[in-house]
Amino acid sequence: MDIWTEIARLDEIPRLGARVLRTDTQDIAIFRTATDQVFALRDRCPHKGGPLSQGIVHGGTVTCPLHNWKIDLASGEAQGPDEGCAHRYAVKVDNGVVYLAFNAGEAEA
Amino acid sequence: MKQKLVLVGNGMAGMRALEELLKIDPELYDITVFGAEPHPNYNRIMLSPVLAGEKTIDDIVLNTREWYAGHGIELVTGDPVVAIDRVRHEVRTAAGVTRPYDRLLLATGSNPFIIPLPGSDKQGVIGFRDIADVETMLAAARSYGKAVVIGGGLLGLEAANGLLKNGMEVTVVHLLDSLMERQLDKPAAALLKAALEERGLKFLMEAQTAAILGDERVTAVQFADGLEVAADLVVMAVGIRPNIALAQGAGIHCERGVLVNDTLQTFDPRIYAVGECVQHRGTCYGLVAPLFEQARVCANHLAHMGIARYEGSVTSTKLKVTGIDLFSAGEFTEGEGDETLVLQDPGQGIYKKLVIRDSRVKGAVMYGDTMDGSWYFQLLREGTDISAFRNTVLFGQHDLGDAGHGDSKVLALPDSAEVCGCNGVCKGEITDAIVKKGLFTLEEVRAHTKASSSCGSCTGLVEALLAHTVGEGYSAAPSKKPLCGCAGHSHDDVIHAIRHERLKDMRTVFEFLNWKTPDGCPVCRPALNYYLLAAWPGEYVDDAQSRYINERAHGNIQKDGSYSVVPRMFGGLCKPAELRAIADVAEKFRVPEMKVTGGQRIDLFGLKKEDLPAVWADLNAAGLISGHAYGKAMRTVKTCVGAQWCRFGTQDSTGLGVKLEELTWGSWMPHKYKLAVSGCPRNCAEATIKDFGVVCVDSGYELHVGGNGGIKVRITDLLCKVATEEEVLEYCGAFTQLYREEAHYLERTAPWVERVGLNSIRQRVVEDAENRKALYERFRYSQQYAQVDPWAARARGADAREFTPLSLKAAGCAPAAVTTNA
Repeated sequence: MDIWTEIARLDEIPRLGARVLRTDTQDIAIFRTATDQVFALRDRCPHKGGPLSQGIVHGGTVTCPLHNWKIDLASGEAQGPDEGCAHRYAVKVDNGVVYLAFNAGEAEA
Repeated sequence: MKQKLVLVGNGMAGMRALEELLKIDPELYDITVFGAEPHPNYNRIMLSPVLAGEKTIDDIVLNTREWYAGHGIELVTGDPVVAIDRVRHEVRTAAGVTRPYDRLLLATGSNPFIIPLPGSDKQGVIGFRDIADVETMLAAARSYGKAVVIGGGLLGLEAANGLLKNGMEVTVVHLLDSLMERQLDKPAAALLKAALEERGLKFLMEAQTAAILGDERVTAVQFADGLEVAADLVVMAVGIRPNIALAQGAGIHCERGVLVNDTLQTFDPRIYAVGECVQHRGTCYGLVAPLFEQARVCANHLAHMGIARYEGSVTSTKLKVTGIDLFSAGEFTEGEGDETLVLQDPGQGIYKKLVIRDSRVKGAVMYGDTMDGSWYFQLLREGTDISAFRNTVLFGQHDLGDAGHGDSKVLALPDSAEVCGCNGVCKGEITDAIVKKGLFTLEEVRAHTKASSSCGSCTGLVEALLAHTVGEGYSAAPSKKPLCGCAGHSHDDVIHAIRHERLKDMRTVFEFLNWKTPDGCPVCRPALNYYLLAAWPGEYVDDAQSRYINERAHGNIQKDGSYSVVPRMFGGLCKPAELRAIADVAEKFRVPEMKVTGGQRIDLFGLKKEDLPAVWADLNAAGLISGHAYGKAMRTVKTCVGAQWCRFGTQDSTGLGVKLEELTWGSWMPHKYKLAVSGCPRNCAEATIKDFGVVCVDSGYELHVGGNGGIKVRITDLLCKVATEEEVLEYCGAFTQLYREEAHYLERTAPWVERVGLNSIRQRVVEDAENRKALYERFRYSQQYAQVDPWAARARGADAREFTPLSLKAAGCAPAAVTTNA
């Protein structure tokens, strides 16, 4: 079952940017688009593990800082001819607060 | 309801326009495509390799039927459109099918010209245009022995070579005394003829065909002088005629082709046309690269973007006969006042000729070694001033200095040879991808194979493979390269607009220049951020989210996600207290590795991002500031020992180095920017491979510019010689500012100097003293805002979010797997 956990206020995440949420198993990148949509992906590019949170956000996409793979924020899928997928997490924004849904399986994935 | 778009002509030009349209706006139209041939869109320029048995028809299909279905496009094949009703906006096919249109795109291509000779309607007399012609030729080769090809141009020779490979005895008949006279000069044509004769082709030159003899099927060709040559198959390859019958029938204005304006619109505003059926500014094109440029512009207008213009094309040609390398572009016959550079090596069968006008390449013909064809073509289209390398230009681009990447024998390499050293991509993977995925551009090859997508040093090799594999279908990047795919404007157009329209923030640039994407892309955003910063110092507010992570975090991201830190050491000088502070930081933050850099500084590796502000605070306390080793910025000033200690030193090179670094540190640049000062011509500081290098001599200072020690080593050009340190500083500031204002983002000084020419820089920096002072003043003005240590601000807590991970707020309901991270 999903457990919604408060992780940040929306205004703590830069527009067209990201923050890292560190857990003891992995890092999760929390992205905010120009239109204030928020997405969460495991902070590892499916290519060579680059930290996606450090990439440039444009539209609904982030570009990995290491080798420029483009990852769709909503699906975690690599775009264009590249193939791979970053694990995604459910997030919601409620009254200016960002919540992340953990469940046991995901947190340990 | 969606608008309806009908495409008449299921060939390369029309389909390319559709693909470009789908890229911009896939939802705008309901699309129907009509093709007269029974096949889906295939690569017509690959018919020659199919005829020669090197490829199959399946190999050359560009869009499968599944592709059309997948994009919701209705495809009608084998049923030609015979009429356009321009009043009811409707087309009708031979079988009576009708479709309404809101926009109609004509791409009806061309027909082979069949000379109206007596007997030209006999069986066995064909053109060379489509799959049906190839099938007819292959069938004839199985049952008959003798072929005559009329026409010694590109297509005729490819047809003749194919028939020869299929075992036929082939005679090529040409009206003139020299083959491929539209592409080759006489010496190159003679080499080509000799090579083809060696393979077994026969030639009849200056021969005028009079009649085709035979009953139902052709048996011989008769010439004006009475000579007869036996033939079971006659291929007419004397030229093509734009196929304008449909357009003419509908009353659309046509001359030789369907007339279009620079937006590819015909005289009927609902009807556009692209490809070989088109006549644009008096020219009809028969090669594929211009058609692709037309397709891109046309798609832009079909998508209601309305900003692109087609202004005509310069074309280049390659002959697709395996084993024969031949290239031609531009005006290859010299006119009055032109100069020609020729390299002729009969022993190796190599011939290269460049036609030069006003120090610019106007045309090129190459035979035997065509490796540099794409480079010459680029020089030609971009109008590059070649004075600086004129004496070696014929030896090719790699002669300009290429650190081991200039292997000109790429075509002879085995498939297993590595072409892209960064991404480990072999030649075979690249050529496979080009053929199987139907790639035409460098960008597409980069996207699919990763070759040439990192450091770019193998770009020439990849372009050569592309040009060789797809022949003239290779659409070289347009001469005005767009900044990125978001708007299609060139760097120069964007810089001009920012300055002259006084655009002072990124949103305004996006709106004024009609950006297609809501917030740009990782290519244009950093470029725009730089251009705005350079144009409006003190006014434009830097956008951190438009900077690459290294510049946002003020450190270099490493492959494991950690960062490296390089403090500035002015002129390479250091004090014990500074070294002690660096050592303390290294121990305190458990730096796993330290290294002395090539720029005479110390690099600390493996730092965690969240530790960076504390590291900087400690370094700041000892007076050390950011070295900008992570940025497209002024990096270091390398110096040698100089007159104070060195017995050869002529001037105080370290002292001057410190002054130059004090002048220039903190400045954002189009790319990284390095300086050096050597105390004597022994040049121990390697000043002649720097962006701006000073070589001290007894009488003063030599100023060198545009050097580069990277992928492609380039020795500096001597800008001028000056007498005093004050002049060195002024010239350095002026040159630096000119580069900052004028170069394209990510263009280092070396290619910039080559692009604009040293003379133009000399005029503005050396000869025009007033302009030099103005440049220097603008540089100093901009430095007021730039010389703020980014580390100090962040050590005091600025931008803290960038460096702090999120922590969980509601600790009580955090699941076990998640811990807070304060």
